[in-house]
Amino acid sequence: MNKNLIISLCAVVFGLVAGAVLMLATGHNAYTGFSYLFEGGLKNPERIGNTLATATPLIFSGLAVAFAFRTGLFNIGVAGQLLVGGFVASVVGLNLDLPRIVLLPIMLIAGALGGALWAVVPGILKARFNVHEVVSSIMMNWAGFWAVYYGVQTYIKNPSSETESKQLADAATLKATWLSDLFNGSYINMGLLIAVVVVLVVAFIINKTTFGYELKAVGHNRDAAEYAGIKVNRSVVYSMAISGAIAGLGGVAMYAGNASNIQIGILPSQGFDGIAVSLLGANNPIGVLLSAIFFGLLYSGRGFMNAMTEIPPEIADSIIAIIIYFAATSVLIERLIRRYSRRKANAKLNAPQEGKVK
Amino acid sequence: MWHTIEQIFPYAIIYTIPLLITALGGLFSERSGVVNIGLEGLMVVGAFAGSFTIFKLQASHPNEGWVLWVGLLVAVLAGIVFSLLHAFASINLSADQVISGTAINMIAGAITIFMARNMTGSGNIRVGGFSPFDVPGLSDIPVIGPLFFTKTYWTTWLILAVLAVSSTILYKTSFGLRLRACGEHPHAAEAAGVNVKRMRYIGVMISGAFSGIGGAIIILTYAGEFTGSVSGLGFLALAALIFGQWRPLGVLAAAFFFGFATTVANVSQVIPSLAEIPPVILKIFPYVVTLLALVVFSKTSRAPKAAGEPYDPGKR
Repeated sequence: MNKNLIISLCAVVFGLVAGAVLMLATGHNAYTGFSYLFEGGLKNPERIGNTLATATPLIFSGLAVAFAFRTGLFNIGVAGQLLVGGFVASVVGLNLDLPRIVLLPIMLIAGALGGALWAVVPGILKARFNVHEVVSSIMMNWAGFWAVYYGVQTYIKNPSSETESKQLADAATLKATWLSDLFNGSYINMGLLIAVVVVLVVAFIINKTTFGYELKAVGHNRDAAEYAGIKVNRSVVYSMAISGAIAGLGGVAMYAGNASNIQIGILPSQGFDGIAVSLLGANNPIGVLLSAIFFGLLYSGRGFMNAMTEIPPEIADSIIAIIIYFAATSVLIERLIRRYSRRKANAKLNAPQEGKVK
Repeated sequence: MWHTIEQIFPYAIIYTIPLLITALGGLFSERSGVVNIGLEGLMVVGAFAGSFTIFKLQASHPNEGWVLWVGLLVAVLAGIVFSLLHAFASINLSADQVISGTAINMIAGAITIFMARNMTGSGNIRVGGFSPFDVPGLSDIPVIGPLFFTKTYWTTWLILAVLAVSSTILYKTSFGLRLRACGEHPHAAEAAGVNVKRMRYIGVMISGAFSGIGGAIIILTYAGEFTGSVSGLGFLALAALIFGQWRPLGVLAAAFFFGFATTVANVSQVIPSLAEIPPVILKIFPYVVTLLALVVFSKTSRAPKAAGEPYDPGKR
């Protein structure tokens, strides 16, 4: 089996075990906790639809992080890029009166551009001044947080709420009746379909194109890539811009798909979960898709679990965070695997005597 | 104008102190060679441990001052224990320090609210904090009295003392020299008989202790309530560390700059001369300044050379 897959599965198992320990330590029944958690995400078509809808922004944010990772960049600014992308798309959706078939593509493009704009700043600073992208994208997160805060209040404020933007008309969102009917009234929307398309496109770019090869070369060894004639600085800027554009699309899926307005005053946690998704998916587009659905399951099941038991819903966040810790310390898992396979090899060495009898 | 400054100044100091102590903790960690993005999470842990301890103690010992100091002590211990997760991952397992720090942030945010809900029913913990006071005598001095000695907290003076002691330890003791060597040339330090891994553990644990107390001070001075977040102050502390160029006095100046900017942004609407500036500009100001500072310092950055790199004794 693939080494990355084993590490991811081990991290998931460790995370679930830690979640069980947390539940037991706080005096809850872990078995009922987990069964309600998974039932809440999978029990009927509507819940499955909600799980997929919850996973949708995570697919985008995980893909954004994974794409930047391929060039050796750590995009910790996805939260800000989601927010700005969603804001720009919402402004367009609220102000342009166009037929839906024209409006939605414009909103998607606007969202992608907004996200790209927010991500390209750290990209340029990295390429031009060698400023570490982690620190600069954290600053861009907070700049985006406040820019959207006042942007919403100034341009698209909801008259009946201080902390929300105006509701988008259904025609200006990614909601689709046929899709929610298919899942018995779930809030699943076309964002999921776009996410799957983006996953395939990114997989194609990374694995089949020269551009993708150059990005990976820069990620593996900057100096060698430079020596081989790859324009490293340009790759860094492009990579951040594309990563931000993916995040921006995620913002559209979030604020004009799963929701139809923007809540201000919080940085969307989906941005940081993208790091988790990408890490668990081993920075591989298909892996990202699967791990986003797994996290979507935990997040969408926790409400049901919370309703049926006394266990606080934050157990899902705790499990995800612990999974990330184990994915980050994968060396630990690798050591365990190595020890296990050595023992197996030793066993094989001792085996021939018995084998000969046969 | 002067009156406005006199009014704002004490609040600016109150905002500065948690930033200052957390950034100072980050300084010890990075000087020892371990990048610590997890400052935010460590602050949250300190805020939770401190407010929970005080919440419990205040129920049985109302109106007793020592309770608050016990809360601060517990916050320090919780910060140290939690920072060990980061230390173990980045020192023993050579994990990517940025990812490990991010995991610390996520774990802290999730588990503290999980615990708070289990213990109090809601995710919030409300506690009575310190009360501000005017320093007798000193607050009557013209100019500096109103600025520095009115509406002040004991924690402010404690943290300034910690700053002075830290500065002395870093630059005037052999321990400080060894710690800094581990962040610059760990192999040379090892050759000179320094235990690099142990020094790095100490560096990370100091960052845990300082962030923990920083988080608790937020609750005990201006916030009054634990809500599961310190609203990005840990990241701002990281910015103060970089802006302050990894030096204690630089960090003090940067933290005060951010504290002052935050206060101005918070009160701008009630002060006529400031109300003309759109609040969004005042809010974004510190982050943009940090970005500019990063650009300006990029040529002559004084970041510890080995910070972020796992120590591998076999590599030269």
